[in-house]
Amino acid sequence: MAGVAVSTTINGDSVEYLCQPDETLLEVLRDRLGLTGAKEGCGTGDCGACSVILDGRLVCSCLVLGAEAEGRQVETVEGMAHGEQLHPLQQKFLEHAALQCGICTPGFLIAAKDLLAKNPSPTEEEIRFGLAGNLCRCTGYDKIVRAVQDAANMMRGA
Amino acid sequence: MNFDPRYSTRNFTAVGTRPIRPDGIDKVTGRARYGADFNMAGQLVGRILRSPHAHAKIKKIDTSKAEKLPGVKAVITAADLPDHTNGDAAMYDILDNCMARKKALYDGHAVAAVAAIDARTARQALKLIEVDYEVLAHVTDVDEAMKHGAPLINDAVFTEGLEEKPVKPSNVTKRSQFGHGDVHAGFGHADFVVERSFRTEQTHQGYIEPHACVASANADGTADLWVCTQGHFVYRQHCAQLLGMDASKLRVTSSEIGGGFGGKTHVWAEPVALALSRKAGRPVKLVMTRDEVFRASGPTSATSIDVRIGARKDGTITAAEATLRYSCGPYAGSWAEVGAMTSFACYRLENVKTVGYEVLVNRPKTAAYRAPSAPMAAFAVESAIDELAKMVGMDPVDFRIKNAAQEGTRSSYGPVYGPIGIGPTLEAVKNHPHMKAPLGKNQGRGMACGFWFNFGGQTCTDLNIGMDGSVSLAVGTIDVGGSRASLSLIAAEELGIAYEHVKAVVADTSSLGYNDMTDGSRGTFSTSMATISAARNAIRTLRERAAQMWDISVDDVAWEHGHAVARGEKHGNLGKLSLKEIAAASGTTGGPIAGHSELVADGAGVSFATHICDIEVDPETGATRVLRYTVVQDAGKAVHPTYVEGQYQGGAAQGIGWALNEEYIYGKDGRLQNAGFLDYRIPVCSDLPMIDTQILEIPNPNHPYGVRGVGETSIVPPLAAIANALSNAAGVRMTHIPMSPPRVLAALEAAREG
Amino acid sequence: MRYIRPLSIEDAVGTLASSARTAAILAGGSDLLVRMKGGFVEPDLIVDIKAVPGLGDVQETAEGFRIGAAVPSAVLGENTALKKAWPGVVEAARLIGSKQVQGRCTIVGNLCNASPAADSVPAMVAAGAKAVIVGPSGRRTIPVETVPAGPGRTTLAKGEIIEAILLDKRPPHAGDAYLRFIPRTEMDIAVVSAGVNLTLDEKGAVKTARVALGAAAPTVLLVEEAAEVLVGSKLDEATLERLAKVCSGACRPIDDKRGTIEFRRKVAGVLARRAAVTAYQRAGGK
Repeated sequence: MAGVAVSTTINGDSVEYLCQPDETLLEVLRDRLGLTGAKEGCGTGDCGACSVILDGRLVCSCLVLGAEAEGRQVETVEGMAHGEQLHPLQQKFLEHAALQCGICTPGFLIAAKDLLAKNPSPTEEEIRFGLAGNLCRCTGYDKIVRAVQDAANMMRGA
Repeated sequence: MNFDPRYSTRNFTAVGTRPIRPDGIDKVTGRARYGADFNMAGQLVGRILRSPHAHAKIKKIDTSKAEKLPGVKAVITAADLPDHTNGDAAMYDILDNCMARKKALYDGHAVAAVAAIDARTARQALKLIEVDYEVLAHVTDVDEAMKHGAPLINDAVFTEGLEEKPVKPSNVTKRSQFGHGDVHAGFGHADFVVERSFRTEQTHQGYIEPHACVASANADGTADLWVCTQGHFVYRQHCAQLLGMDASKLRVTSSEIGGGFGGKTHVWAEPVALALSRKAGRPVKLVMTRDEVFRASGPTSATSIDVRIGARKDGTITAAEATLRYSCGPYAGSWAEVGAMTSFACYRLENVKTVGYEVLVNRPKTAAYRAPSAPMAAFAVESAIDELAKMVGMDPVDFRIKNAAQEGTRSSYGPVYGPIGIGPTLEAVKNHPHMKAPLGKNQGRGMACGFWFNFGGQTCTDLNIGMDGSVSLAVGTIDVGGSRASLSLIAAEELGIAYEHVKAVVADTSSLGYNDMTDGSRGTFSTSMATISAARNAIRTLRERAAQMWDISVDDVAWEHGHAVARGEKHGNLGKLSLKEIAAASGTTGGPIAGHSELVADGAGVSFATHICDIEVDPETGATRVLRYTVVQDAGKAVHPTYVEGQYQGGAAQGIGWALNEEYIYGKDGRLQNAGFLDYRIPVCSDLPMIDTQILEIPNPNHPYGVRGVGETSIVPPLAAIANALSNAAGVRMTHIPMSPPRVLAALEAAREG
Repeated sequence: MRYIRPLSIEDAVGTLASSARTAAILAGGSDLLVRMKGGFVEPDLIVDIKAVPGLGDVQETAEGFRIGAAVPSAVLGENTALKKAWPGVVEAARLIGSKQVQGRCTIVGNLCNASPAADSVPAMVAAGAKAVIVGPSGRRTIPVETVPAGPGRTTLAKGEIIEAILLDKRPPHAGDAYLRFIPRTEMDIAVVSAGVNLTLDEKGAVKTARVALGAAAPTVLLVEEAAEVLVGSKLDEATLERLAKVCSGACRPIDDKRGTIEFRRKVAGVLARRAAVTAYQRAGGK
């Protein structure tokens, strides 16, 4: 099996790695680069815990090959805060207790960031359908939806 | 030490507030480390080979080809896990479940494992292991398994609990019975009787984090285990016993846990990882795939339940009876027994009888799932209660209020209740605006009650006061959903300091005494009791130190709002000493100040909830949609109300999933057909409405602050609440859970034709 | 195993045609990677076609639309002209998987995966979409319904790639719609589905119709009898009843973990009826 040399950008930083052709971006992030914020809940694109943003598109990193990241921009949960300054979504997830166990949280934060980038004033229904690709088994989603609503208000400066 | 756990009223300052949890920031930045996020130098990747057969004799396993594959460092089978269980049948079952010894008992049963330098090599190695199976007849259905002539899963099983000892083996391991009075006579007094049979399918806890661990066994007989678990002390005991080690030589560190709900109270792969590490001489990381999680871990019982309830014209229940058959997987359990205990726990009954049968089937070993066994029993009973109320001509809430258990009622499972919340939750529901909201076409409203015991158990806590006056709280119960926040609030409350000055951590098994696991809704109940006890012990030392600093008798020092206060006229000029001041001086007054606590937290108050649900049915497709949902539950005292709400909402959502779509689907070949989140359908965000909550606080007399467990009860009522709503929306009584669209449509069609 | 990213369609075809062992085409990867993860396929060669010029574009031409093989569904949803002309095809494409999957999955991949439950396929079949195939012996264009041969199998020959999907330019008074049944509100595979494409005459009567059903047979069903029921009608109640009946009758479904034969039969008719009403309204009918 021939390794693939990849140059990419992750959270604004240039990164180079060698990966196997069948290795997923999730495996690269977690096992090669130590970025364990993205989680593997299923490995088949059904839970969203591994969500990252790839060139401005929300994707499951378990359904992207590491080799495909060549020349592209990857955003992960580790890049959401600026130093000590949390992203409004991170802050609102804390304030609303929008997490219990927290395993789905990185995926939700990334998906919500993508959602608000495309729709800064989503309705409750738009939030619910926009986040339907992310499974949470603890919260019943109530507090997640409220946290996203509140973060959207904050980000709009309302 | 003397600790008085009795409740006394007080004005809370910290308890009842809603601060941000201490572990929150790591969880929103991706830094929190879960089971699969930990690595060790030189670690190998472990993987498990699983049986493709539901029931098969293992004639021979040839691992030689796998062992020769470059990069493979260890291959193990049951032969590498010798039996150290010394006749402990329950532990032997756990051992056999971790690695099949003579027979593979379900699709997914582990038969061998490898450790290799990477995942690809490990996967290849599994393909090189040759297992010679003799496939046996199987049975996966709970009713089929009870029939004469059903394939026997274990021919050494003779039903316990029968009046006469059976002469033939069967798949029924145990019969249990609860109740009091004379149900035959009771039915004789009934004007109306409802009698129905119900079925519920098997569900999985569905935690998003698969089981994961890193095991490192050393040549000197010591070992370390990093693992996601609900009880690291229990995992230590089980792993040590199964591997024949001293418990003290195995240090277990719990990772953050990505959901458990009962499914992480049992060891599965951890002893295998340790055995692999021992054989390979290197650390081994073992992470289950989602497919393995479904096929080999978790699930609840599938059930078959008959219920009969009778009432007088005035609405008084005269007799209630239930027969409950619960699947256990291939090993003995007490799941039907628990179901039988909970069935009628909400009601005040003169004549009640419940009988439970534990049934072996070729499915994974049944594990606890949030109020285990109670939701299925509640589905059957609360459906029948609703029907009976209709027959009597009473409002379903009023009917339940009339028959609700109260303080002093002898429960259907034996004990006499203290102050309980079933009546108040029903009154709250009766007065809730949700009950009066209008409904549209094809919409219906249902309600149902639920009960759960709650558990206390062994608990050990350390509270250390730093020289700067900040407090480190080390607990031994896993934080599954915010307990570090609630326990920090408890410590702050008792010591009289700010929440921000307390930092709670979950200590590893070498740093603290034994703790039972986080189950039975015991995390905050029991550990808050131990934390209060530890804090009171620390306060005694703080008072002593203050007395020493003032050179007065400790009897003259009181503790008020985080300060030592000198009591009495003669000390009027002494002022106050803050915790911080006393801590700063500790180096010269006797050394570090700490409080410890070891206790058995008795008196977990039972818990009740009543739920309201509105649903809409599409009569042409059988599709249902939950429109509105309300949870009313007694918390005793809500320590951190936001996380209490979270427990209510989360349990309700899981119950909704169970009611509508979640189920294990087995083929005729006995293999699981939907081992993934695509076809094991847990609710997604767009499936649910907001879930309203109302917290009632009826203090638990056996806890200093009145706290009751809150984690589990919320999953008990939804199955019946939704079934009752559906009955009101579409006029069909659903008796088979989940009420998936094909089942609902079939029922609607049958009703239209009938 | 090797991963390559050819820069021309000829390169891609040449590599696939000359590959001695198993090769897999990678566009969105939302089926391929799942199969690899499950150990169902272990390709020796992965040919990532996303760097081939033109395959990532949606072009509006004089004849209609040309959708490149590597265009993710999310991009289709952002194309206003396409959405206006073929709302049913776009909504079907937007039902594949989650938002995350939408960012990757393609309708060509959906077609080539050859699942009878593929969401975009009944909509494409109803729309009369065509697939442009490039292979060692050149280009050919075939109706999409002739691509799947059965569950998991296609009629494509070794070395052949679907380069694009073609959709016709819309005449006035035309509309299409796609509906599927799933137990949840999102994230499920269709239990059964229906796509309907109509054109109306000046008086609002159906001039042409195509009705396709998904997950109702081993491949997507084009139900010509259903189209005949609709043509000439204004979708009055009796016509819709007959449509539902014909569609239910045309099904050859199976019992499986997602649904029963009876359920699929019944709901196929319900969905066809509902989709027809939506398509009719979109075509300007009242």
